[in-house]
Amino acid sequence: MSTTTTSPRDQVPVGADRASAARRGRRLGAIVVGIGMALILVYCLAPFVWMLISSLRRPSDGRSTALIPWPISVENYRAVFDPANHFGRALGNSLVVAGGTTVLVLLLATLGAYALARLSFRGKVLVMFLVVATSMFPVIILVVPLLKLFTGGFDWWPWSWINTYQAMILPSISFALPLAVWNLNAFFRQLPVELEQAAMVDGTTRFGAFVRVILPLAAPGMFTTAIITFIAAWNEFLIALTMVNRPEMQTANVAISKFTGISQFDTPYGTKMAAGVIVTVPLIIMVLAFQRRIIGGLAAGSVK
Amino acid sequence: MSTLAHRRRARGDGQEGLAGLLLSPTLLLLALVVGFPLVLSVRQSLFQGGDEIDPTTGIIQQGDTFVGLQNYLDAFTSSGAGAGFWNAFWNTTLFTVVGVAIETVLGVAMALIMARALRATGLIRASILVPWAIPTVVSALMWQLIFDANGIANEIIGQQILWTTEGLQAKAAVLIADIWKTAPYIGLLTLAGLQTIDEQVYEAAKVDGANRWQTFWRITLPLVRPVLMVAVLFRLLDAMRMFDLPYVLLGRLRSGQTLSMLAADAASKTDFGMASAYAVVLFLYICLVAVIFVRGLGADVIGDADGRARRARPRRLRTTAEGDLP
Repeated sequence: MSTTTTSPRDQVPVGADRASAARRGRRLGAIVVGIGMALILVYCLAPFVWMLISSLRRPSDGRSTALIPWPISVENYRAVFDPANHFGRALGNSLVVAGGTTVLVLLLATLGAYALARLSFRGKVLVMFLVVATSMFPVIILVVPLLKLFTGGFDWWPWSWINTYQAMILPSISFALPLAVWNLNAFFRQLPVELEQAAMVDGTTRFGAFVRVILPLAAPGMFTTAIITFIAAWNEFLIALTMVNRPEMQTANVAISKFTGISQFDTPYGTKMAAGVIVTVPLIIMVLAFQRRIIGGLAAGSVK
Repeated sequence: MSTLAHRRRARGDGQEGLAGLLLSPTLLLLALVVGFPLVLSVRQSLFQGGDEIDPTTGIIQQGDTFVGLQNYLDAFTSSGAGAGFWNAFWNTTLFTVVGVAIETVLGVAMALIMARALRATGLIRASILVPWAIPTVVSALMWQLIFDANGIANEIIGQQILWTTEGLQAKAAVLIADIWKTAPYIGLLTLAGLQTIDEQVYEAAKVDGANRWQTFWRITLPLVRPVLMVAVLFRLLDAMRMFDLPYVLLGRLRSGQTLSMLAADAASKTDFGMASAYAVVLFLYICLVAVIFVRGLGADVIGDADGRARRARPRRLRTTAEGDLP
């Protein structure tokens, strides 16, 4: 990005008025960019900040639109963890479902993505097409028959999987696995081929080269893919909503969407906002810590 | 011909076998969690649910009857159990077309600004990921509060709009919330594309006397087009299956009902035949858009080996010309 400032034209001596015009143009440009940046910041953060502010009001201040919540209160946060909400349990459930999905998907995707990135075989384009196509699948088309399946709607399936973790993890694989394969594929392609070739010249098999040379190098890529997969699985809603009807098996997202709060007649916005902040903050911390990696990972699939 | 030679070589050193070994778990699992339910859905859409919950025992009673395309007919004529299909269809289309169009313009604008930013790039980068990282459910609740009758949105515009009641304003609320969450994503991907454009191209344009407007339309946009196309395609297909946002923001309002919601609603009433028909129609609709986009507009999603080789060549030339690119 910094190359834009020190491009050669800045050093080339030109006519005085042309230079000053260019300087004026640049200053104007800088102002426009500065305003634009400020707008982007406000655009991205203002709604979230508003959620944070609203979560810190007293429950009785409900939907006040005062910019500063005064007196500040953590009462809403206490209400979130009211035993009736099962919210602590819900967070645990989310962790199990998103974590389980991520681990499972990462194991399989690493193998598959390596084959797609490095090996040549018949039908490769078809496999890549299938992976992309499944990632664009409407989840609902899987949820409908799986709901029937898991509720015992088919004679040949004797198990009732409603209200189980596997009923949420398995369907989540449908979107998480293609996503992970895609990301890892891009990472593997960035690694120089010469590394494996050198290892193979030294007498290692291709699989040995994959395990001993490529995997250690791909660790950052796998880590990034894990984060992106985890966030995608953590944010999933439709599957978790459909496959579970017992409150203690709900994921955090589903639990929040069903909050009724302390009073029945008023939407408990404060509690919902507090819960929203609690669910989002871990993700934001991840984003802050690994922003470069995440952006690289997101972009890897589209910039080839 | 080169691919043939390539293939022969590949078979020689056992790459095919290893590829099969490495890919089979992924393909098997995808067949199980995607392929199989898809087949079940298509089959189920040809049956009508005799499934009814027995009011006394609460047990689902079996009894599917084959009805051929009746479920689809019901949907397309919006009659009987299919009522609400066209409403959901047009909502889905509206959210997709208007939403993605605005997202794209906003996203590209953000990318252009970020590409020229010299300071605070880390801050911008982190903040632009915030809308992407927030769960859609949480963002829907957030916007519900913002769009409350006495909420901050009405206070800012000085109106008393009942956003979350039936009508155009409810659709607008969904669109605004969706655009907020996804425009930065398009911006990020576009920025990544912008950063691959060679600075020399801009220099050349400047030498040729192109103004900013011309530079944008004739150089930046065409060069960033491949990346932008993929981003827009992903967003289109994602918007078409929208569920969480209207479900949480508007509840069961007709104004926000999408095809996914319609199908989920039917499924929750154990009308699996109708639910499957809706889902299959949505699936075909998504396929149609994907095909039009990839074939008609040339969005290169897969970027297969041949395509890569073709693109790699100019890149290599450029590397030698500049000598400092990685």
